[in-house]
Amino acid sequence: MNGLSGSAASLGLCACHVCNLVSRVRNPRQAAHCPRCGAYLHARKPGSIASCWAFLIAGYILYIPANLLTMMETGSLISYRKDTIMSGVIHLWKTGSWGIAAVVFIASILIPLMKLVSLTVLLISVQRRSTWEPRQRTRLYRMVELVGRWSMLDIYVVTLLAALVQLGALATVKAGPAAVAFGAVVVLTMLASLKFDPRLIWDPLYKERGHERDAH
Amino acid sequence: MSQPAPLIACHDCDLLQREITLKPGCAATCPRCGAVLYRNATDSINRTLAYAMSAALVFLVANGFPIFAIESQGSLKGITLMGAVHSLWGQDMQAVATVVFITAVVIPALEILSLVYLLLPLRLTMLAPGYNQLLRLLRLAEPWGMVEVFMLGILVSLVKLTSNFRVIPGVALWSFAVLTLLIAAAAASFSTRDVWCCVDRINGRRVAP
Ligand SMILES: [Zn+2]
Ligand SMILES: [Zn+2]
Repeated sequence: MNGLSGSAASLGLCACHVCNLVSRVRNPRQAAHCPRCGAYLHARKPGSIASCWAFLIAGYILYIPANLLTMMETGSLISYRKDTIMSGVIHLWKTGSWGIAAVVFIASILIPLMKLVSLTVLLISVQRRSTWEPRQRTRLYRMVELVGRWSMLDIYVVTLLAALVQLGALATVKAGPAAVAFGAVVVLTMLASLKFDPRLIWDPLYKERGHERDAH
Repeated sequence: MSQPAPLIACHDCDLLQREITLKPGCAATCPRCGAVLYRNATDSINRTLAYAMSAALVFLVANGFPIFAIESQGSLKGITLMGAVHSLWGQDMQAVATVVFITAVVIPALEILSLVYLLLPLRLTMLAPGYNQLLRLLRLAEPWGMVEVFMLGILVSLVKLTSNFRVIPGVALWSFAVLTLLIAAAAASFSTRDVWCCVDRINGRRVAP
């Protein structure tokens, strides 16, 4: 576009993450603030890779109890059941609510797993300074950001159903320990995807082009 | 063209480019990675303000009235969002209750109120005190407001409950549906770029690199 090429960072410029104003950073080592909104300026999110890994590993660890422990206990005079996330989905499917079963399966099982795996792939590719399909990898990141929030669904369902505990003798619904673990997985994977900086995907390309330019 | 168009850097790939003027309703995408850079939202400030103000009213109804009621032993038991959070807190689920309270109540309220607080003075060509701190806060809070996910949660719980109980939909059920639409509409018409253009005009400065 208009004869400009190259990253803002390679030209000593930095875009503000709040107001998008592009300004010149005189000394990259010194803390600078956006002249328009006063936000702290950084060419890339500081500590992006390390903190993203930290959130991600914590997410992987908690993903196990989130899926193995009880998410919800429902009991009435005639029946009593303890449901994990997966058994809850299966129960919904068996009782004929296929649509809702599919929605819960996607939001609570598929999306968290997809987020963990995608962010791992993105992090490893960035750390290896891979130049493979940057456009597709950026697209993958945008998808992670877009769908990630929907895994909060099961937490809201448990919250609304647990309010029934006040119903007394006829039925009790209780949130199980998996709700805590699962809530933590959702929050941790969201923090990880917020901490990841997609511009890191493109940086190795500039470096290579930069070398080409230097060689000529 | 006395002055060159302002520079922008793509937030996803950091490609430096110059802004182009857009037809109304169009969006500029990054030529390299395909990210949406900015939109020419028609009448952004007025529309966002209208959506945010109606959302504020609907928000009060959605949080003050029961989402649905359940008939049990001949009596009706209504469930409000705050009541549900409260009972979860009482079940030693403080962490989960806090997350629900923040994502479904605090952040949406904060977003709606700060939009009204920012845009109402801006319409009258005035700047609200602390506007830039608030815009920074909005930017941080944005991913954590989840009214639309909560709405889907309501629908899933309804389906789960109707198999065992007689469920009567409440006022807040419809209010949450409307609130979801209004927040989506406000987010779609809100343009940080237009807000900052307006701020620059009021401050009478042109900040260029
Ligand atoms: Zn700024
Ligand atoms: Zn781009």
